[in-house]
Amino acid sequence: MSSRVVVTGLGVCAPNGVGLEAFTTSLQQGISGIRFQPKLKQLQFSCQIAGEPLIKDNLLQRYFTPLQLRGLNASGLVYGVIAGTDAWKNAGLPISPKEHPDWDSGIIFGTGILGADKFRESIYAIDEGNVRRLGSTSVMQVMASGISAYLGGMLGVGNQVTTNSSACTTGTEGVLMAYERIKSGKASRMLTGSCSDSGPYIWAGFDSMRILPRNYNDNPSKASRPMSATATGFVPGSGAGALVLESLESALDRGAHIYAEVLGGAVNSGGHRGEGSMTAPNSESVVRCIQEATWDAGLHVTDIDTVNGHLTATSKDPLEIRNWSNALAGSGTDFPFVNSFKGLFGHCLAAAGSIECVASVLQIEKGQVFGNKNCEDPHPEITDLVHPSRIPQKTILHQPKFLAKASFGFGDVNACVIFSAFND
Amino acid sequence: MTKEEKYQKLREIVTIYLPEDVKVEAIRRESHFINELNINSANLVDIVLDVEDAFDITLENEDMDQMQTVDDALQIIDKKLEAS
Repeated sequence: MSSRVVVTGLGVCAPNGVGLEAFTTSLQQGISGIRFQPKLKQLQFSCQIAGEPLIKDNLLQRYFTPLQLRGLNASGLVYGVIAGTDAWKNAGLPISPKEHPDWDSGIIFGTGILGADKFRESIYAIDEGNVRRLGSTSVMQVMASGISAYLGGMLGVGNQVTTNSSACTTGTEGVLMAYERIKSGKASRMLTGSCSDSGPYIWAGFDSMRILPRNYNDNPSKASRPMSATATGFVPGSGAGALVLESLESALDRGAHIYAEVLGGAVNSGGHRGEGSMTAPNSESVVRCIQEATWDAGLHVTDIDTVNGHLTATSKDPLEIRNWSNALAGSGTDFPFVNSFKGLFGHCLAAAGSIECVASVLQIEKGQVFGNKNCEDPHPEITDLVHPSRIPQKTILHQPKFLAKASFGFGDVNACVIFSAFND
Repeated sequence: MTKEEKYQKLREIVTIYLPEDVKVEAIRRESHFINELNINSANLVDIVLDVEDAFDITLENEDMDQMQTVDDALQIIDKKLEAS
């Protein structure tokens, strides 16, 4: 028996909003979370701006015990715990009592690299011959699955608890993994999401690849320009997003608020073949991924009326739009409304997919398509394919019927999920 | 430092590692860290590090193995302080 799967909880810890309310307002009003980072200047980065959630110290005490806070030096873990526990609460789900976990709930919470700052701290201690001074928490702060392990204990879940990792595809892939687990009847509820550390040790590799904007250090909010003719690279970001996916049966039994339905999706890889490589997508695989996602959702490609792209603000954006246009057989005014949230908070790497899935579901919840920041000058190769009216500059009223959200990652990996408004 | 001062200092260290459902009042000289105070065995490592910092001593792995109760810890601390 295969279950319908719905979204019943959302949580987010984003550069332009910690918590659903602040995040929603920022998306609606185009408030940027990209700021100058003095630390990056000090370390002589070319790109000295980034998206980093602003976490107040007193907020941490609401999520962590004093013991958990001791020696905690893993920003991604902090973001993930905030987003994950918020989503669980937002879904109205309880923390399991002390004796037994909730066997029908699980967690798939991904990351790229976790606890880089903690790892650095440990490396210094180790190299000084001080291994015995590491304490007991360095392992769980730097193991990739530290985030799902932490959340698993905080919530007390007894189904699958794991961490997936597929670069910038991680969060969107996680939604599909959770969807499949519920659909196949192996779980009733899955908390899924992803997180990414902030800081120089995470962002440096991208700076050295020269794919980040260098000329906006004194004008951070203008730097991230997806689909723009003047885009010069992606702005690195960080944070976490989380969604509670649930079988329709479980959601109706609980009388839970249903934000949206997950209709289906697809993941694939270009295998570094054709034009694909470690860092560039194989367009054929991107088109297949999008088309297979729509078919998996039981739709025709032309049914998609809203697209949230990967669209990072590198020179590859026009190619991505071409792939969407080919996949969905639409162009001009027949192209769906399309946006990228990265103009507001940059590219949150492993957290990008989950934060953007949360934002996509919020569009369905609000009956809006959030505006594209810094796209007042859309790239001519994009407007050759898509009428400018389909690339809203400001937030517009439009109830997305079938929304396609895709993420594409290093390693030539792709994921596309189809959300719809819930109709009984 | 008097015996009582050492005990109080150790109590402060141990308190932070108590699970939420174990009250500070439960800490007695004869309390077993793991069996009675329900302290996670992994955290004994952190208690040792905190003791080292607080009393400015260094504990060996064997000391840690013998440190099962609050009293055990106090005796080891005394021994180290005398030796230093």
